[in-house]
Amino acid sequence: MEAFKTLTSKMMPVPINDIDTDQIIPALYLKVTSKDGLVEGLFSNWRYLPGTKTDNPDFAINKPEHQGATILVGGDNFGTGSSREHAPWALMGYGFKAIISTSFADIFRSNSLKNGLLPVIVDEETHKQIFSLIEEDPETAVTIDLVNQLLTLPDGREVSFPIDEFSKKCMIQGVDQLGYLLGMKDEIAAYEVANAK
Amino acid sequence: MSKPTTLFEKIWNAHVVANEPGAPTVLYIDLQLVHEVTSPQAFTGLREKGLKVRRPDRTFATMDHSIPTVDIAKAGSISLDMIDDMARKQLNQLVINCNEFGVKVYDTTTTERGIVHVLGPDLGLTQPGTTIVCGDSHTSTHGAFGALAFGIGTSEIEMVMATQTLLQYKPKTFKVDYVGALKEGVTAKDMILKLIAVNGFQGGTGHVFEYMGEAVRSLGMEGRMTMCNMSIEGGARAGMIAPDEKTFAYVKGREYAPKGAAWDEAVAYWRTLKTDEGAQFDKEITIDVNALEPMITYGTNPGMGIHITEAVPDPSVIRNVNERSSLEKALNYMDIEPGKPLIGKAVDVVFVGSCTNSRITDLREAAAMIDGRKVADNVRMMVVPGSEDVRKQAESEGLDAIFQSAGAEWRSAGCSMCIAMNGDQLSPGQYAVSTSNRNFEGRQGKGGRTFLASPLTAVASAVNGVVTDPRTMIN
Repeated sequence: MEAFKTLTSKMMPVPINDIDTDQIIPALYLKVTSKDGLVEGLFSNWRYLPGTKTDNPDFAINKPEHQGATILVGGDNFGTGSSREHAPWALMGYGFKAIISTSFADIFRSNSLKNGLLPVIVDEETHKQIFSLIEEDPETAVTIDLVNQLLTLPDGREVSFPIDEFSKKCMIQGVDQLGYLLGMKDEIAAYEVANAK
Repeated sequence: MSKPTTLFEKIWNAHVVANEPGAPTVLYIDLQLVHEVTSPQAFTGLREKGLKVRRPDRTFATMDHSIPTVDIAKAGSISLDMIDDMARKQLNQLVINCNEFGVKVYDTTTTERGIVHVLGPDLGLTQPGTTIVCGDSHTSTHGAFGALAFGIGTSEIEMVMATQTLLQYKPKTFKVDYVGALKEGVTAKDMILKLIAVNGFQGGTGHVFEYMGEAVRSLGMEGRMTMCNMSIEGGARAGMIAPDEKTFAYVKGREYAPKGAAWDEAVAYWRTLKTDEGAQFDKEITIDVNALEPMITYGTNPGMGIHITEAVPDPSVIRNVNERSSLEKALNYMDIEPGKPLIGKAVDVVFVGSCTNSRITDLREAAAMIDGRKVADNVRMMVVPGSEDVRKQAESEGLDAIFQSAGAEWRSAGCSMCIAMNGDQLSPGQYAVSTSNRNFEGRQGKGGRTFLASPLTAVASAVNGVVTDPRTMIN
């Protein structure tokens, strides 16, 4: 996992509420046995014109002014639905490093943190402000400072966002969480002995 | 006297391996179920790190998501030669991975193969008081037995494979009290769709539901599984029901159930698994079952549900801008008019199946309603049992013949049309009444439109060719 400390980037606006994992990556694309080949499926129900692989010019990902954005701003309740980790893999494969929303579904948030994709939860007002800023100027950039848990808007306003201490530490150091559990092997063995049936 | 605790807390507390400051709880996992779609990258991770599956005796795999189902009357049975290269590669990889790591896999050569959340209970692997995970959000199903069961991602699958533990923050608890008694034609599916409609499809985020009340007690194990299955559609990773005599009777004698003295000991423990009088929940909601009618969804998330006689909500009267735009977007995708009920709306496909409603009692209910009737000419009806064992059981009762003579397809087991990745799917623009769990855009096929409902509502709609209140077809 790549370490994440700070990120300054323009943003890709997808102002749709309840973006579910079937929209992020439809099931048809899940017949893979690796983490590759998922980018083509990212938002494929929306980014291509119906029945084609032709770009839908109205969808944010296809708009020239949003190219290069590594932060996606989604509507409320982002990532609802299935447990497929293919959703964060596809988003990261495209180049996103952080997602801003007012709320995230539990499993999606957990999966994202384990891959170094940072879910940033902001209040409704900030959320609205971000969308208007992008509309006014698609080049608008924000800075995400994970160490201090701060999102800095172009006017200098700082908005703090929550993240659990453990996931934060893992992301800043770029280490996966499995290492911690492997270090617990004595405790796990003791539990198994105590609870042997 | 010790502090009264909830069912959830009892199971959680019994599985804590470690609780270090600055880290989530290390929670022991008793059982991991595995399927072909979310596991390959986890096995690759183990291989790359030189790790083993710590407890192959607590790890079981099956094929369900990407494996096609076939019309039994035409094909007889499924084999891997029939399918596309990518799906076949994924299914073969599951077998290779399981063989290499010593994990039992229920592949096409076994009679038990089926949807992971049907297989676990079928085999008696799903037991009260245990912790169960699977790389599938509908793992919540197993909570029907008084287990703590939830879906995990692939990174977590690898963690459980390697250590038999997971890092988890303790979720909050949410009591769902169903008061009153179910009326005829109203089912467990309607009970859970009602909760999701009133509490919102993200209303349970961060919580574990516990379903309580006489209406829940009156359900058989299959109905309880239907309810717990859709906990995730209510935003909760897990849902639970305290075990009782029905639970013990269901588990008893199954392949992996405890036997002899171990059985008596297990049941004695299982009887302690209930929420104590006076235990506190973080949230509570009461649902009046007396007033409950068959439910149906009209939109593109499972919270967009109504009584079948109710009118589809009108966005123009909704003041909250966010809610209004979500509803407008959904109705636009569904291409339905607000302000009137869905009853009478023509349907193209009826799907009875999925980990929500593909168990033997679901099939019996559906067969009883369709017996002596015909599927309307404009409708394709598919009946897909949850496992090959369920299929065999249904066939031994003659249910297949009832469905087939009514004009429905009787198919081999799998996830089928619940998830459009195995060939069973809607065409763009088609409408389906489906007993599955998700009505997201394109969930059952790109451009397809899903009305979620109970097996009874599905059958009634198949017979009339339009969305139908099943109560009009019960004598």
